[in-house]
Amino acid sequence: MLAYLIRRLTYGVGVVFGVLFFLFVLFFTVTSPDDVARKALGERVTPAVVEQWKINHGYDLPLFPAPGAWQENMLFEHYRRMLTFDFGRSDADDTPIADRIRSGMMPSLTLTLPLFVLSLLTAIPLALLVAFFRETYIDRLGVVISVLAMSVSILLYIIGAQYLVGRLLHWFPISGFDSDPQLIVRFLALPLLVGVLAGLGGDVRFYRTVFLEESNTDYVRTARAKGCGEGRIMVRHVFRNSLIPLLTRVILAIPFLFMGSLLLESFFGIPGLGAITVDAIQGNDFSVLRTMVYIGSLLFVFGQIITDLSYGLVDPRVRLE
Amino acid sequence: MTALLEVEGLTTQFPGARGALSIVDGNDLRVERGEVLALVGESGCGKSMTALSLMRLVPKPGRIVAGQVRLEGRDLLELSVTEMRRVRGRRIAMIFQEPMTSLNPVIPVGDQVIEAIRLHESISRSEAKKRCRDLFVEVGIPDPEERLDAYPHQLSGGLKQRVMIAMALSTRPDLLIADEPTTALDVTIQAQIIRLLRDIQRDRGMSILLITHDLGIVNELSDRVAVMYAGRIVETGSRSQIFREPAHPYTRGLLRSNPTLAQPGQRLPEIAGVVPSPEEWGAGCRFATRCGDRFDLCDREVPDLLEIGDHRRTACHAIESGSARGGQS
Repeated sequence: MLAYLIRRLTYGVGVVFGVLFFLFVLFFTVTSPDDVARKALGERVTPAVVEQWKINHGYDLPLFPAPGAWQENMLFEHYRRMLTFDFGRSDADDTPIADRIRSGMMPSLTLTLPLFVLSLLTAIPLALLVAFFRETYIDRLGVVISVLAMSVSILLYIIGAQYLVGRLLHWFPISGFDSDPQLIVRFLALPLLVGVLAGLGGDVRFYRTVFLEESNTDYVRTARAKGCGEGRIMVRHVFRNSLIPLLTRVILAIPFLFMGSLLLESFFGIPGLGAITVDAIQGNDFSVLRTMVYIGSLLFVFGQIITDLSYGLVDPRVRLE
Repeated sequence: MTALLEVEGLTTQFPGARGALSIVDGNDLRVERGEVLALVGESGCGKSMTALSLMRLVPKPGRIVAGQVRLEGRDLLELSVTEMRRVRGRRIAMIFQEPMTSLNPVIPVGDQVIEAIRLHESISRSEAKKRCRDLFVEVGIPDPEERLDAYPHQLSGGLKQRVMIAMALSTRPDLLIADEPTTALDVTIQAQIIRLLRDIQRDRGMSILLITHDLGIVNELSDRVAVMYAGRIVETGSRSQIFREPAHPYTRGLLRSNPTLAQPGQRLPEIAGVVPSPEEWGAGCRFATRCGDRFDLCDREVPDLLEIGDHRRTACHAIESGSARGGQS
């Protein structure tokens, strides 16, 4: 178990190093520090101003190591800063990136955590229900609605909900955020509704497939032959065995809760990490974008390891060695 | 007195490309108390579907369209879903061909047997556990105490089938349906499981409907035999009648081609041709295409299963009309 964990962590470090290398290629060679400076300053500036900007933002070293000076270059600096979580300042407005992440994490979590729980609590029972009524009209109707629901763009859900619930019915504010706990509920209602609805179709269809696959197994036939009711079969036999494919999808999603939801946050004016990322893309804020991709990859690697460890918990056949 | 199980005109259909196919086609069966009836036939002849029909466990889109399945006179096909659930496991238990996959992989085997007991009897978990351990001893599982907590993947195929048998016996059913119980096992283990089934049947006086294609097992375990071909039962009789004086041409061919009865140095006789698939079943006798006694009536009419002697029935126009070569040929 410990040996397994160490091995997985070693692989994880390798993956993160690789991601950092790609980030370097993208953000330092494809787009050179001069390009970044000119994007931040505008085209009509003197070379001296560009050089000064590069010094201020820590882009003034040569890109690659030279003989005898293997530490004084951007490649080394890039790895050093990222690995020590020294993210520096935004290219666009000079604010420390670490502060931004700190201030964006809570709004993101207040949206994504309830969204995650609510999605699971609606999708899994619905999928169990649809799978329970397999090969009946309820099942077919469920599949058709699911496919329709997942075929509609999330943008339509967002705009539709804002128009209908916010504008016509005036039940909830169209967008915005507040740290006051009582106001938060009112602000989050709409993005939560949209988030759950937009994900429901795909989730129900996926879980239904998993449950149906388990429903056709020999041990389910054995359970029926010993007099088990269909409800009990779904919960005790089918659901338990479906946990492996379920966990793969569910646990892997957990780390990304920190990253927030790109579209929901930017459309509903929630100042979370998702909105920060979208702003960074739109504003050519490469240092922020670089940091967000890096943190995303860390969380992904972490999520993978947690998922693999969780297999050992739900399936007695899995041994982590 | 009524038999334990009487099946009449049982018909189970599956949808085919050109209309419904009767995979089980109007069959009659009778299992007396304390009797082992072997249902014999080739793969795909409808034996397993017959068994699943008795339990009302026919997989979709198949369905039972006609007939009666009377357990002590009560037609199981008339029962509500809830009533049928009380019959499954409690009155009729079933074991399957694939012990490897028939147990739930994520639940300890003891818990699976305990579940079977507690579904039908309101006894405490510890009592059920105690009975489960006793059953494990009865079916010859070594170290029963430890095996209670074992997961299926930690047991061999033979042990898994023993667990399945323990589960089937746990509520003292009147009838055990054993669907190819040894087919997936090693030969040495097969013999052990057959011996176990025979001992249990003797000790408990339970009835068994044994479904198999293996004539050796039929010879060892059964009291009576029903031979099935292409969805229909073509001959029934006692074990000695069937083995000594097979009447139906198919039964005769089946016995001739049995390797255990073969003469050394001689080519094993076979039944010419192949089993017709359900789509190819014509209006007449389904064995006609492979039968040496065939005459014009055989292609036109399906023969009825008729009494030809002491508790013996067969479905053959040639025998009916007295033109069959008959006996051992």
